[in-house]
Amino acid sequence: MEVPILKQGHYLIASIQSALTDADLSQLREALIERVGRFRARGVIVDVTALDVMDSFAVRTLRDIAHMARLRGSETVIVGIQPEVAFAMVQLGLTLKGVSTALDLEEGLAFLDRQTQLRIERGSARLDRG
Amino acid sequence: MATKGKNALPSPSDPQTQSESTAALLRELVALLRQNRTQLREEWARRITRAQLLTAMTEEEIFAEATSVYDNYVEALETGTFEALQAYARNLSERIIPRGVETHEVVGIVLLLRDVLARSLFAKYHEDFDKLNRILDAYEPAANRIANTVAVGFVQERERIIRQQQEAIRELSTPVLQVRERLLILPIIGVIDPQRARQLTEQLLRAIRTNRAKVVVIDITGVAAMDSNVANHLVQTVEASRLLGATVIVTGLSPEIAQTLVTIGVDLSEMATVGDLQGGIEEAERLLGYKVLPLEEVSPKT
Repeated sequence: MEVPILKQGHYLIASIQSALTDADLSQLREALIERVGRFRARGVIVDVTALDVMDSFAVRTLRDIAHMARLRGSETVIVGIQPEVAFAMVQLGLTLKGVSTALDLEEGLAFLDRQTQLRIERGSARLDRG
Repeated sequence: MATKGKNALPSPSDPQTQSESTAALLRELVALLRQNRTQLREEWARRITRAQLLTAMTEEEIFAEATSVYDNYVEALETGTFEALQAYARNLSERIIPRGVETHEVVGIVLLLRDVLARSLFAKYHEDFDKLNRILDAYEPAANRIANTVAVGFVQERERIIRQQQEAIRELSTPVLQVRERLLILPIIGVIDPQRARQLTEQLLRAIRTNRAKVVVIDITGVAAMDSNVANHLVQTVEASRLLGATVIVTGLSPEIAQTLVTIGVDLSEMATVGDLQGGIEEAERLLGYKVLPLEEVSPKT
């Protein structure tokens, strides 16, 4: 099943609605990375609220998305991990190191707002110094 | 009872003696014990006091318990069934455990009774070694089984109480408290075993979701000791909370725990730690953008 990717302002929102096969996940990754460039997105939100299991491939793909998007100039945040899923992930050692997470979509948007704001401030500070 | 016992006593020279069954010997024994009940019981109580067992109980209590133990003991010897004795042992344990009676005391008094009775048998039959031998053959297994029954009953009762208390402790589950909008504290007190750690984590994750928490302060001032298992549970809790978008601050690590953790080499680099709960809450407020000011500073007098 294809994951819909919505554009919201400067951000892309991919909302996973059902369990995904490995192929679906890879497809999601490619689509997101391509669209980050096409829409000049500053942030990517992947909403996994609907997932009640997350295997190692899914976790790795999410991490890859975050790292690849960062290389393309976009910050990624994973939102909506269920408590049970979080617990299971930690027990399996799948901890999404280096990837930002937030409680839900709203938090994720707020996080990205803060993050991009920071980047702008840092940039202007650099300019001022220069 | 005493007269009946006397009549049942065959004389040592009786030719029937050779063919006496164990049951008959036990009957004889029981009759003898009934006959000398007062004297043996007193001797036993005296020995208990001298051995400084059951110090938690008064002498009258010891004597009263000694009497009922004695009667139950003789009854078990007589009937060869141990259900009544088992029930009595359980009942006795239930009464004396809360008073701090230890296992060695219970085992001690039963062994003392065994010794007292055996001595009385020696005294009675010392002239007829053969008969003494056979009496002891009948007496020993039964007495051992009685001692076993009482000791096992006591230990089982103790274990039941311990289990009950463990459950009670577990039910005093750790509360997850909200101190500010989006700020939770989780004070952990006592021993963390894997089961409790799991329960704690699940509870915390659910609370993070329902309260939409951004920061959680876990206070472990009340945790006496920590090993690598517990530390790993803590790390897992921190990571799981992060997956839900909440930052965890751990506070109240005692000097001992800090030393243990560094010595056993647990990787706590991912964990934010602050000295005490107050510091942790202040840090959490800073993360959330709160600033606590004295009232005068907020609205200075004009």
